[in-house]
Amino acid sequence: MTDLTKLTIAEARDKLAARDFTATELTESYLGAIESGNEALNAYIAVTGDIAREQAKASDAKIAAGEARPLEGIPLGIKDLYATKGVHTQACSHILDGFKPEYESTVTQNLFDDGAVMLGKLNMDEFAMGSSNETSFYGDVVNPWRRNGTETALVPGGSSGGSASAVAAHLCAAATASDTGGSIRQPAALTGTVGIKPTYGRCSRWGMVAFASSLDQAGPIGRTVRDNAILLKSMASVDAKDTTSVDAPVPNYEDFIGKSIKGMKIGIPKEYHMDGIPEEIEALWQQGIAWLKEAGAEIVEISLPHTKYALPAYYIVAPAEASSNLARYDGVRYGLRVPGNDIVEMYENTRAAGFGDEVKRRVMIGTYVLSAGYYDAYYLKAQKVRTLIKQDFDNAWADGVDAILTPTTPDAAFAPGEITDPVTMYMNDVFTVTANMAGVPGMSIPAGLNKDGLPLGLQLIGKPFDEGTLFQVGEVIEQAAGRFEPSANWWSK
Amino acid sequence: MTLLVDTRTPDPKKFIKGATGDWEIVIGMEVHAQVTSEAKLFSGASTSFGSDPNNNVSLVDAAMPGMLPVINEECVRQAIKTGLGLKAEINLKSVFDRKNYFYPDLPQGYQISQFKQPIVGEGIIHLDMKSGEQVEVGVERLHLEQDAGKSLHDQHPTMSFVDLNRSGVALMEIVSKPDIRCADEAKAYLTKLRTILRYLGTCDGNMDQGSMRADVNVSVRKPGGEFGTRCEIKNVNSIRFVGQAIEYEARRQIGILEDGGEIDQETRLFDSVKGETRSMRSKEEAHDYRYFPDPDLLPLEFTQALVDEMAADLPELPDEKKARYIKDFGLTPYDADILVAERVSCDFFEEVAKGRDAKLAANWVINDTFGRLNKEGLDVTSSPISSEQLGKIIDLIKAGTISGKIAKDLFEIVWTEGGDPAQIVEDRGMKQVTDLGAIEGIVDEILANNTDKAEQAKEKPGMLGWFVGQVMKASKGKANPQAVSDMLKAKIGLE
Amino acid sequence: MSVDLNTVKRVAGLARIKVDDAQAEKMTGELNTILGFVEQLDEVNVDGVEPMTSVVETTMKKRADGQSDGGYADKIVSNAPVHEDNFFTVPKVVE
Repeated sequence: MTDLTKLTIAEARDKLAARDFTATELTESYLGAIESGNEALNAYIAVTGDIAREQAKASDAKIAAGEARPLEGIPLGIKDLYATKGVHTQACSHILDGFKPEYESTVTQNLFDDGAVMLGKLNMDEFAMGSSNETSFYGDVVNPWRRNGTETALVPGGSSGGSASAVAAHLCAAATASDTGGSIRQPAALTGTVGIKPTYGRCSRWGMVAFASSLDQAGPIGRTVRDNAILLKSMASVDAKDTTSVDAPVPNYEDFIGKSIKGMKIGIPKEYHMDGIPEEIEALWQQGIAWLKEAGAEIVEISLPHTKYALPAYYIVAPAEASSNLARYDGVRYGLRVPGNDIVEMYENTRAAGFGDEVKRRVMIGTYVLSAGYYDAYYLKAQKVRTLIKQDFDNAWADGVDAILTPTTPDAAFAPGEITDPVTMYMNDVFTVTANMAGVPGMSIPAGLNKDGLPLGLQLIGKPFDEGTLFQVGEVIEQAAGRFEPSANWWSK
Repeated sequence: MTLLVDTRTPDPKKFIKGATGDWEIVIGMEVHAQVTSEAKLFSGASTSFGSDPNNNVSLVDAAMPGMLPVINEECVRQAIKTGLGLKAEINLKSVFDRKNYFYPDLPQGYQISQFKQPIVGEGIIHLDMKSGEQVEVGVERLHLEQDAGKSLHDQHPTMSFVDLNRSGVALMEIVSKPDIRCADEAKAYLTKLRTILRYLGTCDGNMDQGSMRADVNVSVRKPGGEFGTRCEIKNVNSIRFVGQAIEYEARRQIGILEDGGEIDQETRLFDSVKGETRSMRSKEEAHDYRYFPDPDLLPLEFTQALVDEMAADLPELPDEKKARYIKDFGLTPYDADILVAERVSCDFFEEVAKGRDAKLAANWVINDTFGRLNKEGLDVTSSPISSEQLGKIIDLIKAGTISGKIAKDLFEIVWTEGGDPAQIVEDRGMKQVTDLGAIEGIVDEILANNTDKAEQAKEKPGMLGWFVGQVMKASKGKANPQAVSDMLKAKIGLE
Repeated sequence: MSVDLNTVKRVAGLARIKVDDAQAEKMTGELNTILGFVEQLDEVNVDGVEPMTSVVETTMKKRADGQSDGGYADKIVSNAPVHEDNFFTVPKVVE
């Protein structure tokens, strides 16, 4: 049965339709894999076997009736950031202790409406703040990848570390994730999986626990470019409940897979050649350029002059929004309450106990940069810089660039505890954060292994609402690079 | 913030006498007016008053994780309409900001408000004071914001209870310039603002239900001097209390200053039982609201065409109505003021006056009807006599069918018993006698019984009134007084 | 710009996060590292640049007026740590 977990969504979909096996069998395979592998990886923080079996049963009925929907019977893991009705939803924070929402997020509802099965809730950095999944209240997630010949645990990246680890270890067919500064693409790169952060406004944010409202965007992590295309089609929608979701048609993204990229103009931003980036990252990038050139694309050097300011601007905008978004966690209406002698003490005790160190740091930074006398110097300035970052991209599109190719991360997976300085940790997002700041889509595709045998990713950045082109170009890289799997399954009992 | 400009000339009549001389009060008001709408500003929950705890609350209002605001377009229209009614500039683009602070009845930990770019800019409210003085009070701005929930402190010895029914209800905060100089002007400002809002139908103005509340900024200074340090009296919920709070607060501040003290800029509460203001402990800590544009919302934008269309549909407002009553109907400014004070009042009046002598109609509406309603503690909408009935009484007077005196009796009958005035006059024989033959008999009889007085009347024509009265009395009021007077003049020989 | 211990304590108060002296001390260092990092923005000339209000060029959707939500007080308080008679309850607030 475990063989079923090897299938991509596209393969499972076809085989389910051909009645090679049932949705129940597929779901049981994954539940078995979780049972045997999750202890080592800590990817799931809640497994919803009963719900999964119910949904699989319903899917089998649909398939039998010839009414299969696009994701019929496909078992998914759901990042703990998404509100799932009656099910553990805590963004992996202590402050949301015991919270079970009375509502279903739009994205998960869209997936269920298309027949998807929920296996459980996935670990993540607390409130999606982190690049290594070390900030979760539920403990570190472990990367199924290890350096050649070692047994040292590595981080899966973050914040969607549980999603990336579970997908890479075949504990789900694919997973929902979310990306505020790189939280889909960076863990995808560190685990040899594919992840796309769509255009801001492509997916509804309703029912996603908010981190930074102007940057947060839902997206999938899957094992192939095609699986990402299938999932995004179901996740994306315009939503009357989210004013910032955009009313643009959702194309059938799978149609872009396999289309020629001949004549496409691919931009190579010179500012992404940064000091201190390992040689092998640079080499990987050159390899990617060569593949696309070979496939008939025109490669042009472009300039995105404000690239280096994206990360510092991000570390003003995101914490500022977060400091306000997280004010609702006050021990009054849900989650943790730590008593105090008066209301202020109750707030202070609750928030001191409920938030982890990284969350506190960001709330503090955000509170400070918005406070009287500092708003103009920090927040307003950062939002102006953001305008410049977006203009950089607009200029590239105006010059006829169809997509931009960059590395996804400055390095491969590292060991937990290896990076202790917050700013060094933030540098993980240096290549991904620009897409969030400009609202444009970005996708990470595994493209090779480093000298230690760890996966590395390349990033494609696209025009607003032109995710189709990313799937089209991404699949070319995937075809050229091949797919990457951990060399041994060490995590299953 | 905004540069304070003094638009008023110090007026000794408004000064307060202190031990060291005269003091002038400077007042600015921030009025929170609940927008009339079915649903809340950013959610679909009801705005109705008096529901069970947390029943008018959606997931958005309770700030559940992942919930997002979606603006109610009717609230936007109501704000535009109000702006037009205040003759204010309407901003085609405005921005919602978050005002961050912690309070149990503020579930998001921030209030969505408009800070830097409000939907409505500067406007004006015109006041006609009883003294005849005309006062213009500048409106600084009007912005849309969410109301907070309600904390109940008297339900439990150690706990406060939180009800979020009001949380997220749309408010318009209407900020005046510091153009008000005494308690009477402040009361007149609030009254006028409420009248305008009610005419527009954008706020019901019910202060007892909290749909209109005033924050009053009070400072004192030596007449015409620099603006003093102000104190903000929060959430005053009646026009009378606004007056009392200002009087108290001004004297408190003068007392401190005359004792050589300084005024602390602070937030105070008005205790209506003691008639005092006191410092609010919970709001003591320094405010740092960390305003920034709400990233869950886009800028609020609409077209000039929408504004123009709404301007064209605007109802006639009290100032215009008053001018029209004076110009077209010849009413006194005083009478016109009474009529335009409430939309229901002028509606009643206009129904009575339609196609009739407006001045006569105004007399009957103000003196007889409103006077009587006042005495009985009723409002116009529950008047026992309808505008139609009152109109018919006036018709009967105008047609000469009844005299003015009989009309008063008829009014009384209609008030207490109801019915069709014309029918009542017919049934109860109240018609005025215009038959000269019938009147002549009475006139002759009275003159015959009072020959001495008739002689005197030739010298003193003023006595004619006495004779008219006697004839009217004898006819039980039914004789036509004009006909009686004419006949008496002829018979006595007055011309 | 950098923050001192008192500023950190004041900000923690604004954010309603209890910190003791040792934590505040540690945070002061961390916050200054981050503030030092974002200081790079001083190099950027933003004269005449409009601040970003929304990355998507779209107009704000509005909702028609009408009651469409609410009426489930029990669900509103169902996750509350403490509640009574469908009210949330908190330590007494003094005004």
